[in-house]
Amino acid sequence: MSNIEVEGKSYETDEEGYLVNLSDWNTAVANYLAKTENVEMTDQHWEVVNFLREYFEEYQIAPAVRVLTKAIGKKLGADKGNSEYLYGLFPYGPGKQACKIAGLPKPTGCI
Amino acid sequence: MSEGNSIKKFMFVNRKAPYGTIYALESLEVVLITAAFDQDVSLVFLDDGVYQLKKGQQTKGIETKNFSPAYRALEGYDVEKLYVEKESLEARGLSEADLLVDVTVLSCKEMGELMNQQDVVLSF
Amino acid sequence: MLHIINKSPLTNNSLDSCLRVAQPGGEILLIEDAVYAATSGNAFESKIREAMGRFKVYVLQPDLEARGLADRLIAGVSPVDYGGFVDLAASNNNCQSWL
Repeated sequence: MSNIEVEGKSYETDEEGYLVNLSDWNTAVANYLAKTENVEMTDQHWEVVNFLREYFEEYQIAPAVRVLTKAIGKKLGADKGNSEYLYGLFPYGPGKQACKIAGLPKPTGCI
Repeated sequence: MSEGNSIKKFMFVNRKAPYGTIYALESLEVVLITAAFDQDVSLVFLDDGVYQLKKGQQTKGIETKNFSPAYRALEGYDVEKLYVEKESLEARGLSEADLLVDVTVLSCKEMGELMNQQDVVLSF
Repeated sequence: MLHIINKSPLTNNSLDSCLRVAQPGGEILLIEDAVYAATSGNAFESKIREAMGRFKVYVLQPDLEARGLADRLIAGVSPVDYGGFVDLAASNNNCQSWL
């Protein structure tokens, strides 16, 4: 366990930097976590992050990358539902990085 | 046993109610992980295992994660074969309408035959 | 197909469920606390006798001996040792453990 400091408030994270309490998440925390991942947040990034939060809200799990890619394709179109696009936004893995920024746990079935 | 790349029939047999023991959650996690391997996966719910699929689970009061919504995510993981035994449902006063996902209801005989056809049976 | 049971039929429904679902020609191996099902004089005896018409029933002898019930084995239930357990697992196409 460790802590991050965002706008004067302290948040608990695990040893890999994922938020421990999902309810701690807010835009400022997301931007902070993005910075730790060297990700410059754009509208495209937010689209994926928000999608992940909605997915989690509905199913209570973070999707595996393969599942995320397919689901994004369904919702946002084939031009976005592919690895090239998603890895372009999150070079170290859309599952790993986008989930962290979205305040979700590490994806289930992430190998 | 078949060759390295061929698809095998895997059956996960779920016979325990959720929350009282860890079996149900462990099974679900193994299913989600193994979904990546593109095998022919069936999930079977027998005995108290049918309670895993009961609609309307509210776990706030027991301070435990409600993992029942994840069963509805299985389709996205291409795990689409869910079977429930008729006798187990009836013994618990439940019907398909009480379940939170679409399932195929099988008699105990049909269930036994399906089980016989599997390459691997994993029990929880 | 091999069905393995490890719970007493008097406290747990695993053997009942197995007998309901298993298809004729299947083999049943009773281990650990399920060995009580292979002994005479208990409330499950009539069910196991009835099942013996449809399935070949085995019991793991060391588990039976450990519980002091080797002299109560129902005739027709075949005792096996650990080697026999392995042979059963190897000779069947698949296996379900009714936990």
